[in-house]
Amino acid sequence: MSAHPRAHADDDEQGRPANHGHHHAPPEDILVRVRALEALLVEKGLVDPAAMDVLIDAYEHRIGPHIGASVVARAWTDPDFKARLLKDANLALEELDVSRLQSEDMIVLENTPEVHHVIVCTLCSCYPWGVLGLPPNWYKSPPYRSRVVREPRKVLQEFGCDVAPETEVRVWDSTAELRYMVLPERPAGTEGMTRHELAALVTRDSMLGVSKVAAPIEAATA
Amino acid sequence: MNGVHDCGGMDGLGPIRRVSNEPVFAHDWERRTFALMLVANANSYWNIDESRHFIERLDAVHYLQSTYYEHWIHSMEAMLIEKGVITQQEVDAKIAAFSAKQGTQQCR
Repeated sequence: MSAHPRAHADDDEQGRPANHGHHHAPPEDILVRVRALEALLVEKGLVDPAAMDVLIDAYEHRIGPHIGASVVARAWTDPDFKARLLKDANLALEELDVSRLQSEDMIVLENTPEVHHVIVCTLCSCYPWGVLGLPPNWYKSPPYRSRVVREPRKVLQEFGCDVAPETEVRVWDSTAELRYMVLPERPAGTEGMTRHELAALVTRDSMLGVSKVAAPIEAATA
Repeated sequence: MNGVHDCGGMDGLGPIRRVSNEPVFAHDWERRTFALMLVANANSYWNIDESRHFIERLDAVHYLQSTYYEHWIHSMEAMLIEKGVITQQEVDAKIAAFSAKQGTQQCR
């Protein structure tokens, strides 16, 4: 998707602008603080470093948007499952053994030509970890959180997401207890595709509602 | 509690900056902070609303200028101290020890 604006070259890895002023705590201090806190908790027997490694591995390698993508592909190809997913996402996700690790309730919102749903957590960073893994930095950043509720169409445009003027846009503010995932529209030209092929088309951003799933030909040339 | 974290609808917070192919964690310390927060709380010291409240208590300027996992490490430290799991003295001593060690390593 070449329409997506790239981060400026002088941004750091967090998408935070370089040279924007003083930091209360420079990274070197943070590094020492993290090591100190970990060492202290391990010494006291309150934290097992092996358990930390298991958790890190899970979120870096096993839990991510591919889980949500398989849920979407299933919903696109199984109308009964889709009906159950939209009616009670908690139960439907359990059918697929998708865990809700922070024991939150889930609601899945279907995007249609009539309604386009977008997800945010204005207060912090609530996100459907079980289906999408950990959120990208922009999702957790004050600029997205502040703007998407005020000028969602403009924000969607910046993400390269074309929503027709006659389509209603609904922005959903997540909480710790209730989190959302978008069921994006199935693109045209995917009629003969297998569930596996369909899942490969589904992006993280489409399940947040900040983009649409591209038709296969667009996806292949993007 | 209102505050700068409650930024829905606020103007002037700048452009949305996205990074293509962003890694799950940008630095190893972010990885350790994430896991430390979750594993430490296997002992149920706090609930998720409480941990967010500690982030909301950060100084407003610091909140806006620091990154996500910096919020986590500061709030986790404050929670563990306020709940009596560790003391400020213990944290300070450990930080001093690691700072000294790091200084030595840099001199080599």
